[in-house]
Amino acid sequence: MKLAVWTYEGPPHVGAMRVATGMRDLHMVLHAPQGDTYADLLFTMIERRDHRPPVSYTTFQARDLGADTAGLFMQSARDAYARFKPQALLVAASCTAELIQDDPGGLAETMGLPVPVIALELPSYQRKENFGCDEAFLQICRALAKPMDRTARVTCNILGATGLGFRHRDDVQEITALLSEMGIEVNVSAPMGASPMDITRMGQAHFNVLLYPETAESAARWCEKELGQPFTKTIPIGAKATRAFINEVRALSGSTLPVDETRLRQPWWAASVDSTYLTGKRVFLFGDGTHVMAAAKVARDEMGFEVCGMGCYNREQARPLRALAKEFGLEALITDDYLEVEKAIEDAAPEMILGTQMERHIGKRLGIPCAVISAPVHVQDFPARYSPQMGFEGANVLFDTWVHPLVMGLEEHLLTMFREDFEFHDAAGPSHHGGKAQPLPQSAAAAPAAAAEGGSMPPPAALPSLENVVWLSCAEKELKKIPFFVRGKARRNTEKFAEMKGLHEISVDTLYEAKAHYAR
Amino acid sequence: MTTTCTSAPVLKERGQREVFCGLTGIIWLHRKMQDAFFLVVGSRTCAHLLQSAAGVMIFAEPRFGTAILEEKDLAGMADANAELDREVARLLARRPDIRQLFLVGSCPSEVIKLDLHRAAERLSLQHGPAVRVLNYSGSGIETTFTQGEDACLAAMVPAMDETSAKELLLVGALPDVVEDQALDLLTQIGITHIRVLPGKRAELDPAIGPNTHFALTQPFLGDTHAALVRRGAQFIPAPFPFGAEGTTLWLKAVAATFGIAPDVVDRVTAAPRARAEKAIAAATQTLRGKSVFFLPDSQLEIPLARFLTRECGMQAIEIGTPYLHSDLHGPELDLIAAGPTISEGQDVDLQLDRVRAARPDLTVCGLGLANPLEAEGLSTKWAIELVFTPIHFYEQAGDLAALFARPLRRRAILRGQHPNMLEAAE
Repeated sequence: MKLAVWTYEGPPHVGAMRVATGMRDLHMVLHAPQGDTYADLLFTMIERRDHRPPVSYTTFQARDLGADTAGLFMQSARDAYARFKPQALLVAASCTAELIQDDPGGLAETMGLPVPVIALELPSYQRKENFGCDEAFLQICRALAKPMDRTARVTCNILGATGLGFRHRDDVQEITALLSEMGIEVNVSAPMGASPMDITRMGQAHFNVLLYPETAESAARWCEKELGQPFTKTIPIGAKATRAFINEVRALSGSTLPVDETRLRQPWWAASVDSTYLTGKRVFLFGDGTHVMAAAKVARDEMGFEVCGMGCYNREQARPLRALAKEFGLEALITDDYLEVEKAIEDAAPEMILGTQMERHIGKRLGIPCAVISAPVHVQDFPARYSPQMGFEGANVLFDTWVHPLVMGLEEHLLTMFREDFEFHDAAGPSHHGGKAQPLPQSAAAAPAAAAEGGSMPPPAALPSLENVVWLSCAEKELKKIPFFVRGKARRNTEKFAEMKGLHEISVDTLYEAKAHYAR
Repeated sequence: MTTTCTSAPVLKERGQREVFCGLTGIIWLHRKMQDAFFLVVGSRTCAHLLQSAAGVMIFAEPRFGTAILEEKDLAGMADANAELDREVARLLARRPDIRQLFLVGSCPSEVIKLDLHRAAERLSLQHGPAVRVLNYSGSGIETTFTQGEDACLAAMVPAMDETSAKELLLVGALPDVVEDQALDLLTQIGITHIRVLPGKRAELDPAIGPNTHFALTQPFLGDTHAALVRRGAQFIPAPFPFGAEGTTLWLKAVAATFGIAPDVVDRVTAAPRARAEKAIAAATQTLRGKSVFFLPDSQLEIPLARFLTRECGMQAIEIGTPYLHSDLHGPELDLIAAGPTISEGQDVDLQLDRVRAARPDLTVCGLGLANPLEAEGLSTKWAIELVFTPIHFYEQAGDLAALFARPLRRRAILRGQHPNMLEAAE
């Protein structure tokens, strides 16, 4: 038993639903009690889908438990087939149905439905949402895809996009266009947008492009083994990774066509002098392993940030993430405990967080700006505009998205120079974010603007200080003159410096000696 | 006298239900009871539901959480009770402000027959008297959406102190502003001894006895009603305080119980009643003559259909409710003119067929169905908003009507722009 306040991933059957909902002409029968239909609203509200997810729930109740829940399942499966006439039927059990052990797969097999029935084993008490995606897609491929003759022209499949995926819609469009520029046609893009009939044609492709290892790595490996299709290992997030991806695709396909880079603006945007203030900004990354690993490289090599912490919530990616963190001189944080992530961020006191919607709230609480780079998703992660994370346009999007939460360069200088201005003080927050600047209260300790917009959010906790080091009041006052976005770092550095020097009191001099010591 | 829905046959259906389970009530209960913590003993699905239903809007550390059952709890390798005791001890150590802890049963905990009642007794001994530990079920196999609040309040009744005082007990978790208005109106009418269930804090929870007269403010409190009657309290049957008419009838029923004449109520309520009628009239301009179809959600459907048909000039096609509780809903059905289908339970695909055939002007439904129906060109009202918004009593009557009017007004503004309504725009 483990206490969870907030979770990064849903249960595995929600992952299977993401696969089913992304596909066409497929239906899923989920053995589940009343209430599990809440999952429908994830798709209809967060993703604004205009159709109900193709899922029938058996909706058993307490009084059915002693009676015939298996009969209820069979009735639901029959009704679902009759009403929706899918090309294939997925059957699975949610967490409660797993306990009553009706074996939906076995039951469905005996029913003689005229379409393929694909049974999923989703161990709800061991695994989570990403596993559910990965497993559902693997089983669909195993059931439907067969080795076949390759297409005459070089084609590939794009694997991994699902319903409720973080920017999957736009990533697929961007990568499809990039491949097309290289003279490579997309045979099938799956699961999202594909029908069971399309899956049967997957074997025609020459190779696979794996965009999201979280949702499709098992399927990509199965296709490699059973269909003889190699798959791409580079995730094209950022300009450098996109170029590496192009090279990998060239090696797999033999394509020699040039790729036009004129629409890639991110390298110049990062190199232009306005971006100088981004240098060495300390960022903390958290999200799914794939997006964090890609973002860490972009943050360091393409934005000039300093990565001060990274981690992921999906244990499946722990090993490669740990290795990358080591390369960055860091220890990776692998956890799905929201409170642990909050603690790590508080301790690292970064100037910006690149995280998920959960970290956005941690940032609000701590007064640290945050840009979202990964699922779990929120209605804001489905913008009306085209906004991929991958490819060259994705690199442009990353630049804009990551810079937006920060205080802009010149504004940062002005805040440093006139930090006690009654309306242009640092607690007013970045001026381009709207929101009413709160007049500076009489007692100078103003809460960051984030607390005001946070609604029910309690005021941010004071940064922890070391027990054996005391701040003298003059030094404390001087610290408050430092703009809020670097104050946490200044405090931490000063305390670390004091500890290193064996000091028990911090004076104004200690503060500035520490500043000189850590100058770069 | 025209016929009403009292004697109308009820269409009973069972099949796929597009509803929340009772755990969802925790979202508002944990805000209402400020020293309570709700610990769901369940699965990752339960935690995910609470998070999704809550949206990510209340990300302050919430006063609820899920003790997620793991493989070893199920395989019997870990003693689930020992594990629960450990998690509770950790939780209470971290949150010393907690005075009441609810162990909330879920589908998995009930299927594996984890006895949370005994666990609550054991934990009460360990952590009492500082912390009171109670249990109830919010599972989907037992409860639908608002029945979670019902189960929670019903669980509190046996623990309430005994009193012989003649008191009015208001039952149902109301938004603070609404509760204050209700208390103010009742005080002005001349009722002085009023208690509220649930109280904002444990020490404010009411005592109860044979001279307690209780009025429900929510139509979904059937089990709580039964538990209170078992303790000897007397129920005041009345329509529910939605709209000007419902509020007046509710207040008069309460007043009568305390020997106060209806004209006193009329005098005290004249001004707010007039305000409410004026505000409702504004929304009625949009609602009059329009048809409405209620899918089952919160058990608020019957009282709200009464309000919309009698005070806003709408026509109800079908009024679906997850459960029809005749003791509680009888006074409401008496007021609704015969005509609409009254349905209980749900087979969602069949019910959607009826919605599509009737093409109502407004469909009141859950969030899973709203956008798909909008995409078919049907206007919808999210039912969940009716539970999360102050809608009771006079001052909110106009807001309640406006909640239904807004989707229709929006549709009128966007006419010709809606991707699925171009042909309907003429």
